[in-house]
Amino acid sequence: MLKDVTLGQFFPGNSPIHRLDPRTKLVMLIVYIIALFVAVSWISYGVMLAFLVTCICISRIPLKSILRGMKPLVVILLFTAILNLFFTKGETVLVAFWGIEITLEGIVRAFFMLIRILMLISGTFLLTYTTSPIALTDGLESLLSPLKKLHLPVHELSMMMCIALRFIPTLIEETDKIMSAQKARGADFETGKLMERVKALVPVLVPLFISAFRRADELATAMECRCYQGGTGRTKMKLLRYMRRDYIAYGIGVLLIAAIITLAHFGL
Amino acid sequence: MSEAIRVEHLNYSYPGVDNTPAVAVFRDFNLSIEQGSFVAVLGSNGCGKSTLAKHFNSILLPCGGKVYVCGLDTSDEELLIRVRRNVGMVFQNPDNQIVANVVEEDVAFGPENLGIASPEIRRRVDKALKQVNMYEYREHAPHLLSGGQKQRVAIAGVIAMEPSCIVLDEPTAMLDPRGRKEVMDTILRLNAEKGITVVLITHHMDEAAQAQRVVVLNKGAVVADGKPEDVFSNVELLHRIGLAAPETVELCYALNHEGFQLPLNRLDIEKCAQTLYDAIKV
Repeated sequence: MLKDVTLGQFFPGNSPIHRLDPRTKLVMLIVYIIALFVAVSWISYGVMLAFLVTCICISRIPLKSILRGMKPLVVILLFTAILNLFFTKGETVLVAFWGIEITLEGIVRAFFMLIRILMLISGTFLLTYTTSPIALTDGLESLLSPLKKLHLPVHELSMMMCIALRFIPTLIEETDKIMSAQKARGADFETGKLMERVKALVPVLVPLFISAFRRADELATAMECRCYQGGTGRTKMKLLRYMRRDYIAYGIGVLLIAAIITLAHFGL
Repeated sequence: MSEAIRVEHLNYSYPGVDNTPAVAVFRDFNLSIEQGSFVAVLGSNGCGKSTLAKHFNSILLPCGGKVYVCGLDTSDEELLIRVRRNVGMVFQNPDNQIVANVVEEDVAFGPENLGIASPEIRRRVDKALKQVNMYEYREHAPHLLSGGQKQRVAIAGVIAMEPSCIVLDEPTAMLDPRGRKEVMDTILRLNAEKGITVVLITHHMDEAAQAQRVVVLNKGAVVADGKPEDVFSNVELLHRIGLAAPETVELCYALNHEGFQLPLNRLDIEKCAQTLYDAIKV
């Protein structure tokens, strides 16, 4: 059950998307998200979809794995769609029951909402699937480095993110172990009402937290032993460097957002 | 031979928590470790082995006395980074000392902290990974490696800082026999080929038997110090402080009680077998 957490999962590869600088990819994702919210019409959505599909094709990430990553989000997606479906006021009433009206506008809006969220998530997945977590944190640190002037602990934040990502699989493994140990002593996690199940998790969480603290302590000592003294005076093995493909990607990003804004301007 | 580590009149006690009295670990403790040697430190639980190790790179500071590493005073804050760069530490749990989620990035962590230029870090990382035979795993995620492999990555992370001395605090305690052998072979090779001073803290007598010198601690004092053959032949002393000799020595010792007259310095299984053969043949 815990094995299929896809958070921060990375598919190593050698496609042009994989080789883009992580900073380029992060900026592109932001541009893409903005464009997605500016888009209002079938045409602009069509442009966005074409862009997304092209990117997925170039990255050679199987569509299946993107769809599989969405499985846990089905509930939220349905919820949003249904809310929009029932609560959009409109003129063309199709069905009416118990004081609830389903309108044509509602259907259209629910559909757009669904598409928008699906495209949003696919875009984000494309980033995390094609970028190693360490490249991602490096990119983030480099993009946010101007904030260091405002005394924001940018390096510390990216270090924390990196360590958190590093320990997710370790802690998942540990949770599995603790749960097995509890099951062996007769604990029951699978049956009972929701509250009972939540209560059954307490004896799992307590040892998990204690061991996480102990790990943190040991890790801190180990880091100190390896001369860690924070971000100052620290160098990097892999320097981020923009290549020609990054400039091309930025160009495409500018074109995309310009096209979408122009379309929105003409109400399309 | 110059000294890698020198402990002079070390006093140390753990501060008491909540009105409990402080626990004294070392009183006037002295020890000297030669450059390029391979020293195993033995002792039962709570004898101060790990506490001693933590003094070697300024994780703990002496309450009294001095600890020198390559002539550097560990209690001098100015020298802290130089001390830590000279003495690498490897701990028991391999999971809790790996920082990054790619093997080579983790090995690069130490040199990155030292502010070394990128191409030089790249060179050191590749070299360190080759030295521990983990080069082909450089792009793997650490949690998918076996315990022995993780521990070797941890060792690579330490030697990438190019220390003159490595202190290993029970590095094989959580490993299976195969992982233990991998780690021991790596340590022995680093000591023999690179001349790195190795201080190995261990519970396994067969590992200590591979060292050049064995130091036995009990209640914060050195009770035996010398070549493995000499230290382990004093079986009564080891038993008295709750330790055992390597299996081959224990066997000869038990047989001596039954009237045999066997030497107690056969640490090698082959040599022990030969000795037994010679004794029975007559």
